[in-house]
Amino acid sequence: MKTPLHDVHSGLGASFTDFAGWDMPVRYSSDLAEHRAVREASGLFDLSHMGEIELTGPQAADALDYALSGKLSAVAVGRARYSMMCNERGGVVDDLVVYRLGEERYLVVANAGNAAEVSAELVRRAEGFDTIVDDRSAETALIAVQGPTSAAIVGAVSDADLAALKYFASVPTTVGGREVLLARTGYTGEDGFELFVANADAAAVWQVLTEAGEGHGLVPCGLACRDTLRLEAGMPLYGNELSADGSPFAANLGRVVRFDKEGDFVGRAALENQPEPETVLVGLTGGGRRAPRHGYRVLQGDDEVGEITSGALSPTLGHPIAMAYVPVRCSEPGTTLSADIRGRLEPVEVVALPFYQRR
Amino acid sequence: MTIPQNLRYTKEHEWISVDGDVVTVGITAFAAEALGDVVFVELPEAGSEVSAGTPCGEIESTKSVSEIYAPVDGEITEVNQAVIDNPESVNSDPYEQGWLFKVRVESMPELMDAAAYTALTQEG
Repeated sequence: MKTPLHDVHSGLGASFTDFAGWDMPVRYSSDLAEHRAVREASGLFDLSHMGEIELTGPQAADALDYALSGKLSAVAVGRARYSMMCNERGGVVDDLVVYRLGEERYLVVANAGNAAEVSAELVRRAEGFDTIVDDRSAETALIAVQGPTSAAIVGAVSDADLAALKYFASVPTTVGGREVLLARTGYTGEDGFELFVANADAAAVWQVLTEAGEGHGLVPCGLACRDTLRLEAGMPLYGNELSADGSPFAANLGRVVRFDKEGDFVGRAALENQPEPETVLVGLTGGGRRAPRHGYRVLQGDDEVGEITSGALSPTLGHPIAMAYVPVRCSEPGTTLSADIRGRLEPVEVVALPFYQRR
Repeated sequence: MTIPQNLRYTKEHEWISVDGDVVTVGITAFAAEALGDVVFVELPEAGSEVSAGTPCGEIESTKSVSEIYAPVDGEITEVNQAVIDNPESVNSDPYEQGWLFKVRVESMPELMDAAAYTALTQEG
């Protein structure tokens, strides 16, 4: 599948990679340069592969309270919440951002690889509630501007009051005369914005942002740097840190499971009865430049204790960083473990997440 | 994509330049671009023996890691310390500053010429 911006990316000389069936830009020039641009200036991303599902109607809030782990009925209009869809076993179907667009209107944003399942599950779970589930993914493009200069760039092309637009909030506005839903959200650890637009308007909005970004260091960015950026920010990636068999508690995401909300929700019984997790997600840092990667073994002494879920040489920090599930007894920051990096054990130290936090 | 005419190539996307019984080995611009930004290079030690088709080092980008295969049998005579210190030269100058190591060989295996390698990079 191709996003409505595919031709734009080709014109910019992007290299492409398959991501969940989508032909997506992996980089335009250099992963490191793009990574650095987001940390020091700003990056422009095409995220149109992600899923957008709207729920409208008098019981949209109740339906989401039942369908997801969070208390979406408590989210104020104009605000957003990080949430999860769990299965009956308490495993994670997907992690999501849910925007409340109106008293009776929500937008659920799902990962590309899970969008179809999330959409189908929302339809199924909303049965019996007075709400309509409308999968808008095929008609909706998503463009992100991420980085310390992003507010200057977006501010130059929109009338929205950015000073009033808090992190995890959204507002309808126009950019270059095109209607957009402007959200202050992201997956990079920087200040940033995500713009939901109709497919037909995507190229125009991309162009307006590109022009506004001149003088602000804005560069187009591919999925390669998106992954190192989110890893530095300690953010989980579905398929690496999160899975249908994994526990949200083990992933340190207990805060998004709201047992205090009224009524049942899918996965509640399993999650309430889940024993304390035996393994938890931790951050690891190493010396040198050889990075532990997804699937590599983690050892304590001679004993295999866990597995790397994500890892890379951190472009910002200059040393290897990784996340891994390890037994609780090994999870204290300062604990020395080792990673089996292609047959050679390299020492790694457990550290608190995130690895990187913007000032 | 530059594919110099004067070099020989392997299907593992390495280039070889021959100077008497010593060959210089690097990875091609095609391979460097596929890897992304190279951030770490591990090379065999000078004096060690390598055998054709077996891994003798690693080349790592932010995104992935690949093994470096010895393209020939022989003894490592020299490794490029500059590329260990500045791995980005594999991307910026793969055929000159980005060379990896030199091997003294007794016999040369069959390798691809530029035309054959160009055809390989255009497959699928």
